Amino acid sequence: MKIEDYPKEQLLELYRQMLTVREFELRAIAERRAGLIPGFIHSCVGQEATAVGACAALRPDDVITSTHRGHGHLVAKGGLPKYMMAELAARTTGYCLGRGGSLHMADFGLGILGANGIVGGGIPIAVGAALAFQIRKEPRVALAFFGDGATNEGAFHEALNLAGLWKLPVVFFCENNLYGEGTPQAMQAPVADLALRASSYAMPGVIVDGNDVLAVYAATQAAAERARTGGGPTLVEGKTYRQRGHYEGDPMVYRTKAEMEAWKQRDPVVNFRGRLLAEVEVPETDLAAIEQAVQTTLDQAVAFAAASPKPAPEAALAGVYGDTHGGLVF
Amino acid sequence: MRTITYSQAIYEAMCEEMTRDPSVILIGEDVGTFGGVWGVSGDMLKRFGPDRVRDTPISEIAIVGAGLGAALVGLRPIVEIMFGDFLPVAGDPLVNQVAKARFMSGGKANVPLTIRVTTGAPGSAAAQHSQSPEGWFMNVPGLKIAVPSTPADAKGLLKTAIRGEDPVLFFEHKMLYATQGEVPDGEDHLVPFGRARVCRQGDAATIIAIGGMAPKALEAARALAARGIEVEVIDPRSLVPLDREAILASVRKTGRVVIAHEAHKRLGPGAEIAALIAEEAIGWLDGPIVRVAARNVPLPYSPELENFVLPGVDDIVEQTTKLVNYAL
Repeated sequence: MKIEDYPKEQLLELYRQMLTVREFELRAIAERRAGLIPGFIHSCVGQEATAVGACAALRPDDVITSTHRGHGHLVAKGGLPKYMMAELAARTTGYCLGRGGSLHMADFGLGILGANGIVGGGIPIAVGAALAFQIRKEPRVALAFFGDGATNEGAFHEALNLAGLWKLPVVFFCENNLYGEGTPQAMQAPVADLALRASSYAMPGVIVDGNDVLAVYAATQAAAERARTGGGPTLVEGKTYRQRGHYEGDPMVYRTKAEMEAWKQRDPVVNFRGRLLAEVEVPETDLAAIEQAVQTTLDQAVAFAAASPKPAPEAALAGVYGDTHGGLVF
Repeated sequence: MRTITYSQAIYEAMCEEMTRDPSVILIGEDVGTFGGVWGVSGDMLKRFGPDRVRDTPISEIAIVGAGLGAALVGLRPIVEIMFGDFLPVAGDPLVNQVAKARFMSGGKANVPLTIRVTTGAPGSAAAQHSQSPEGWFMNVPGLKIAVPSTPADAKGLLKTAIRGEDPVLFFEHKMLYATQGEVPDGEDHLVPFGRARVCRQGDAATIIAIGGMAPKALEAARALAARGIEVEVIDPRSLVPLDREAILASVRKTGRVVIAHEAHKRLGPGAEIAALIAEEAIGWLDGPIVRVAARNVPLPYSPELENFVLPGVDDIVEQTTKLVNYAL
């Protein structure tokens, strides 16, 4: 499908979401420096198109599992920046009441089964959700986001094997950003195209330009449709690039400025904005209005987080178990 | 009351809960066609069909991780891991995902997941099929740990686990599967977690016996009674939560305590129980806290070596006699 065939509202919504992800990350980084946010941040700047394009292909009752680089996934699946910012700021109004932080945000009502601090940790969880959908004969799909590094973990292979064997309604979405922490992908795997790994598990492996939100959307849409109609899982590999370090503060000695500059020319947010202006003649004023609205949302999110209470220390003892047997477990 | 085996009790608990609640499923290696390598799931595949009773590949990470994912969207999975020794293969899903999902999400995640796993030495199974790993997981907040020693407790604790909202590691001792005992009638025979069972009353000493050591402690108690020593035997039934009050009440009554388990002595469950007693009831003690446990070496293959490493009835009798005769 060409860009001009999409409804204009859908295109603007994709832009709004990608911009929200981008600006959320930049604001969180600034607020961490300013002292509002105590923990570390793995930003997804440069990877907005995979998060937004993939989630755009899902329905509200579909579920995702996310990663340590998961802020974009949360926004794209409907997560609200104010609750995310409050969680990063470790406040009681945050998604996890300040107990989880960046690595563990979840909203089960939105189908966000959780970010994850363990590389590959969410993949088997998505498979389990898909198993439940299959057993209950529900037309729902689970999508697991993970990076290129996760495809070298046992969890990835066990999960894909099980999903392929049982034809579970899962989409495995690999965001190949070329680096597993500080080591280039070429030094971590003997194949450059990780989608090849699908063949062992009897599922299609699809490669897509991960910086093109419409390409990501179309590929995920096809994979989700296949999963929903009993066709089983698909491995989608979105080729993208992590513009910032593995974590904020990463000295990035493992890559060149020239490489980073080259990928900035392929920036998913900037380029999509350019296409909206050039190819579908969206007026500049429409984009400016979205940009203003996103800034307002983030201003409000930061204000909400800063004004929210910090947890009472003893709140740390609650929420470990659903049933404490009259206070016996603590 | 009917007299059935420990294995039958577990089978009945699973079947009754699967009949009662369509969200309960059973997945694991060889649980379907094979009927379970220990024979526990028997004909469940025929009774409940291949959707709800699933043979899995040998993929412990995927099995436990998928159990969590299914639980997060509303199923109540029973996951079987054939040997406790294999739990480290599923270390991340178990320790980092299952145990912490509720807490990390601010208490929002419900994780009604029961992980059935075997424990203990079945005889010459050597170092990777004989371990008692209960203590490893007592150090992981978020998990509950059940260690039934009788058919009645196995059935009642398992039903409580399946109906509960938290992840449970349910340790089934291999040498108990064929043992028999009376089990109350009715489908609502539930044994609560965190309530120890006083298996035998006495005032000379308290023997706290875990899992497979409970019947051995009762045998030791009979031998001690023949020598005029009446001991109290307590089976905690669950290690997390632990019935602190029952343990402390008995220790205050007898002033002498022996803790028996098949896990290794160093940082086994007895270390935690001993520390609890030292913290809360040291003034009531008339002698040292004694642990009867496996020696701190991997479990050997040779019967002679294995018998030397594992704790037995004679060890309990000997250590308890020594303790009863201990003078401050």
